[in-house]
Amino acid sequence: MINEIFSLHFLTGLLGATLRMSTPIILATLGEIIAERSGVLNLGIEGTMLFGAAIGFLTTLSTGSLWLGVLMAALAGMLLALLMAVLAVYLGLSQHVSGLGITLFASGLSMFIYRLVVGSPTTPPTITPFTPVAIPLLSKIPLIGPSFFNQYSLTYFTWILIPVVSIFLFRTRPGLRIRTVGQNPFAADTVGVNVNLTRTLCVIAGGAFFGVAGAFLTLAQQNMFLKDVIGGRGWIAIAMTIFGNWNPVAATGGALIFGFLDAFQLRMQSLGVNLPFHVFLMIPYLVTILALIGVSGKASVPAGLLKPYRREEKGG
Amino acid sequence: MEKQPVIEMREVTKRFLDVIANNKVNLKLYPGEIVSLLGENGAGKTTLMNVLFGYYQLDGGELLIRGKKAVFTSPGDAIASGIAMIHQHFTLVPSQTVLENVMIGVEGAFFLNKAQAKKKLLAIEDQFGLQLDPDAYVWTLAIGEKQKLEILKSLYREAEILIMDEPTAVLAPTETIELFKTLKTLVSKGKSVIFISHHLQEVMEISDRVIVLRNGENVAERKVSKTTIPELASLMVGRELLERLERGSSNPGKPVMEVSGLRVKNNRGIVAVDGVSLQVREGEVVGVAGVSGNGQTELSEILFGQRFPEEGTIQIYGKSIPGGSPAKIIKTGMARIPEDRIATGLFMDLSVKENMILEKHTSEPISRNGLLNKKEIEEFALHCVKDFQVKTDGIEAPVKSLSGGNLQKVILARELVGNPKVVVACQPTRGLDVGAMEYVHQAMLNEKDRGAGVLLISDDLDEIFLLSDRIVVMYEGKIMGETDIEHANRDTIGLWMSGVAS
Repeated sequence: MINEIFSLHFLTGLLGATLRMSTPIILATLGEIIAERSGVLNLGIEGTMLFGAAIGFLTTLSTGSLWLGVLMAALAGMLLALLMAVLAVYLGLSQHVSGLGITLFASGLSMFIYRLVVGSPTTPPTITPFTPVAIPLLSKIPLIGPSFFNQYSLTYFTWILIPVVSIFLFRTRPGLRIRTVGQNPFAADTVGVNVNLTRTLCVIAGGAFFGVAGAFLTLAQQNMFLKDVIGGRGWIAIAMTIFGNWNPVAATGGALIFGFLDAFQLRMQSLGVNLPFHVFLMIPYLVTILALIGVSGKASVPAGLLKPYRREEKGG
Repeated sequence: MEKQPVIEMREVTKRFLDVIANNKVNLKLYPGEIVSLLGENGAGKTTLMNVLFGYYQLDGGELLIRGKKAVFTSPGDAIASGIAMIHQHFTLVPSQTVLENVMIGVEGAFFLNKAQAKKKLLAIEDQFGLQLDPDAYVWTLAIGEKQKLEILKSLYREAEILIMDEPTAVLAPTETIELFKTLKTLVSKGKSVIFISHHLQEVMEISDRVIVLRNGENVAERKVSKTTIPELASLMVGRELLERLERGSSNPGKPVMEVSGLRVKNNRGIVAVDGVSLQVREGEVVGVAGVSGNGQTELSEILFGQRFPEEGTIQIYGKSIPGGSPAKIIKTGMARIPEDRIATGLFMDLSVKENMILEKHTSEPISRNGLLNKKEIEEFALHCVKDFQVKTDGIEAPVKSLSGGNLQKVILARELVGNPKVVVACQPTRGLDVGAMEYVHQAMLNEKDRGAGVLLISDDLDEIFLLSDRIVVMYEGKIMGETDIEHANRDTIGLWMSGVAS
């Protein structure tokens, strides 16, 4: 078995799967970071991803266009995020309750729409999913070629988004405003930044990321929609946001570790190690919890997170 | 000086539901002058300034900027007209740099051009003599430097008019002198300042004119050269204040509370109280002075049992008191007047009556056989309300309906009614108006005259001098110096507060 693990073939497969498995986590984490940097914890993430997965899948199923599916998934995510923004930003409701509410609502809604479109066939319908795109020349490099440069377009796209989001947050005008709104909304308001509008836009942008992250699972990683297709990846993204200290690059590191463990446990299962497969399924989640314990206390939470912003109506 | 005013507020009226916060208030501000806005809490100063800064919309009257009528619907409009407001609580982002805090809102192009912004900031720093490292993180700055940053932020926006809401409340005496120098420089270069303060001494020192508000209305306007502190005080309060409090002669008895070698870390893991020892005797007030943030809060938290000391002991009448247990401290009969009335002193949603029995609800006669005794509670609460002149709609009213001064009276009643032997008061008059302040001061002196030992922790040096028989100064968690009131000298104490030994 040890020999098998160290074979080139095994490693290539493992690294490639790591990138593939971490793609939806990275996307969702980027979206969550944008929302949380502005001061909104969006726990609607898990449900929003499922909704994106469903809408993306159904769009592709009925039109045959994968990219139209991705687009519709993004819009679907934005729609639920808008609801989140109305509840948490404008009505100032508890972000925890609003987010969990949206997740529960979206789970039901996704199944409902799915049933409405496909009914209850004995075998679930499938689509022809995205196929990996080999990048000329680069994909010929041994080991890293086939693992890094023979991926889905959405994975490449995700890797481009990491520096883009990072630069956006730390080097641009809107980025500075978002960070200020998340840290001290009062300070932002006094210099003329519209706090609630900024938060709304960030939550909606995050929703688009969630939707596409969900669609990646039904349009690339798999070719069908199942009600537990997200499998807690939204919650993992919440954990990665904290693990990465609200920094896109550091959070990507966390998502890669998770993706690696997920890929690894699948291979361990298939190698026929004599343990119940549930043990392997647990590993990535267990490591996530341990990692969170490791960074606890060092995390620098955006100071305005969870706090709805209202101008104080006081006399005096 | 019949130049055109930069700001003119005419008959400004602002209502909140059925409460009139500002009633036909007039204010003029000329270029190059400092006008002080003086008034008790609730007099309408902050509301008026929030109207001027575009937070609130006017319900009546008008606002003229450089002679032209202006309507502000948000702070953005006010900023565009050259108005800047520096709040009492800084509006800074600690996790960002000085430069980022300055740039926010006026960043320029989509991609931040930090080099260019830094050049502009440094030029302003030179012009006004305000030195601050643009790349320093705000959380590393001292309070005085944060205030400098707030001023720089306004100047970077080319503000012509600065509104400063109680800017000296958080400053050390030396920092206040520095701030006043800065303000004089600003007005000498044509800027104008509105200065809000309770401190009559400071108002007299810094301003050209004083506008006094009471109950949301103009009551007087004086040139500083033609008024006196007593006159301003009575204009502000609407009656003559007691000439001065009689601080009874100092004749301390035996020690009631002795703390030695207290040491504790704050929530960030930094040593906040570092080997503090002090003694309070019967019939004396010991004042703990210091700039806020030098360990006074943590010291009070140890004494109140909210924080577990790593080292050191607390003794009351020679008996050691275990640290970190509020319940055990309450049993010793210590009166605890906490720094933050709202967060730790009271349950805002509970009634006056319930707040009165917080420390008694488990003992006879308030509790009988494990059940609360309604009749006893009511009698006790009514008695407290009467004795301490708490203005409330009754003992069933939630305390959040009370004013700041009356909130403090509820705490005083709860803590002082059993004639405690030790009173520890932390910032007991913070945020209170002159009338309520006077009441609290008198209460502290009464406790002392009765024979209690009083430990008064306060940022307000006037208060320390007014009440204390002995003064100790804390700096960076240590006692910098100690003196009797007879030998106390403001300059020496000011130096101790800044960490300079003498």
